[in-house]
Amino acid sequence: MAFLEVTGLKKRFGNTSVLHGVDFTMEKGEVLAIIGSSGGGKTTLLRCLNFLEMANEGTIRMEGGFTFHAAKQYTPAEIREMRLKMGLVFQSFNLFPQYTALENVYIPMQLRAKEALRAEYPFGHARREAIGNAKVRNMAQAEKLLAEVGLADKMGNYPYQLSGGQQQRVAIARALAMQPDILCFDEPTSALDPALTGEVLRVIRSLKDAENGRTMIVVTHEMEFAAHVADKVIFMADGVIEEMGTPEEVFGNPKSEKCRAFLHGEKV
Amino acid sequence: MGFLDVTQKLFEGFGVSCLLFILTLVFSLPLGLVISFGSMSKFKPLSWIVRTFVWIIRGTPLMLQLFVVFYVPGLLFNIQLFSGDNGRFTAALVAFVINYACYFSEIYRGGIEGIPKGQYEAAEVLGMTAVETFFTVILMQVVKRILAPISNEVITLVKDTSLARVIAVAEIFFVNEMDYLAYGIVWPLFYIAVFFLVFVGALTLFFGWCEKKLSYYRV
Ligand SMILES: Nc1ncnc2c1ncn2[C@@H]1O[C@H](COP(=O)(O)OP(=O)(O)O)[C@@H](O)[C@H]1O
Ligand SMILES: [Mg+2]
Repeated sequence: MAFLEVTGLKKRFGNTSVLHGVDFTMEKGEVLAIIGSSGGGKTTLLRCLNFLEMANEGTIRMEGGFTFHAAKQYTPAEIREMRLKMGLVFQSFNLFPQYTALENVYIPMQLRAKEALRAEYPFGHARREAIGNAKVRNMAQAEKLLAEVGLADKMGNYPYQLSGGQQQRVAIARALAMQPDILCFDEPTSALDPALTGEVLRVIRSLKDAENGRTMIVVTHEMEFAAHVADKVIFMADGVIEEMGTPEEVFGNPKSEKCRAFLHGEKV
Repeated sequence: MGFLDVTQKLFEGFGVSCLLFILTLVFSLPLGLVISFGSMSKFKPLSWIVRTFVWIIRGTPLMLQLFVVFYVPGLLFNIQLFSGDNGRFTAALVAFVINYACYFSEIYRGGIEGIPKGQYEAAEVLGMTAVETFFTVILMQVVKRILAPISNEVITLVKDTSLARVIAVAEIFFVNEMDYLAYGIVWPLFYIAVFFLVFVGALTLFFGWCEKKLSYYRV
């Protein structure tokens, strides 16, 4: 069984069908790039994988993680638990403006630590102490993650004091802090000046090259990046996967007519 | 009519005005939040009823509402809701709280609905619960957005307290009216103006300070 198995995923908004049955698998440590012209359903797919949208049909199965059947009902707590196995970096960063870069990374971690400790210690001094220890640990972890994305000197800055590229790197550190098994990116550089896309793509690349490489799904318009960093490329159009394979296969010798036309437009 | 006499009376009336001002805020600020949740409810009948109520309260004069609250229970239903020493004050307070809570609820609603969807979604994918999201992510952004409109309403409230006079609450105008009307003396009116100006000035400084305190981030 593959690490992630998505089968027959369908999503409708009212009467409009946006995903008509998406099937794919990926292995641990792989980087999957999803390309395709806009309106093809790439964002919707990522949102379904992160349970921001609930798929109408199909299953999402993560080995050792969870199995989601669209036909079943889930409580908010169950969805939250599945969701934490996934991470999502948005096109528009969505940092919390009232917190510094460090707080943006640290606060979500600490909230989850608190939840776990509240369950472990019913009340009192032991709990306060454990939460205090978690704070020190998580703060250090947040600093380490920000240093890894090259922002060691910007930890105290508020989002408005950071460039788009720096904000997106904070958002990546924040997503990593939750230790997701799979990290998804929805066009992480589309909202950036061309001059700033490089620093963000380099960070994503470094996540793949790290010792135990991250499993990532990256929706992108950067064909260069998809061709060189991804292990596998999916071309989506009109709510279905039109083409899937290694970068060499998809970029070198696409079988689908739509994929050929798209790549021609992108001048690869 | 000595200056000291007038001053003493003004302070008495001013005390009542202040109490009305403070109690109105204490009750209407939280009540407004409850009303705003009602008006944003996904349960349509509730949101419809609440919005209609808010529309009526905001669409009619506060003076009319004061009369209705004070006289209608007795006249129509023969219930003496607001009798006794503090009856008039209580009636005024009830009318003020309802009126201001409705205004505040619209400000809260605007503030909450103005928060970009991406903030909720970011909190969601980071595994936050709805309650955590509201208190750690949304609240401070709402506070910053609503500070200016809230401060406008609060300053209006200072001056609106004088409306309580129409149901004979012993606020600043009422206690002094006999004096200046009976003797044709004009200067106490300007003296009253000074009270309001000082009060409003202090509030303006306070809200300016709040705004500065919140200027470390931008939403
Ligand atoms: N919440 C929604 N309600 C209705 N239609 C939607 C919604 N979200 C996306 N769509 C539609 O789904 C289609 C695919 O959108 P999207 O997943 O954003 O594509 P992509 O990310 O590939 O550009 C588009 O036609 C879009 O208009
Ligand atoms: Mg998209």
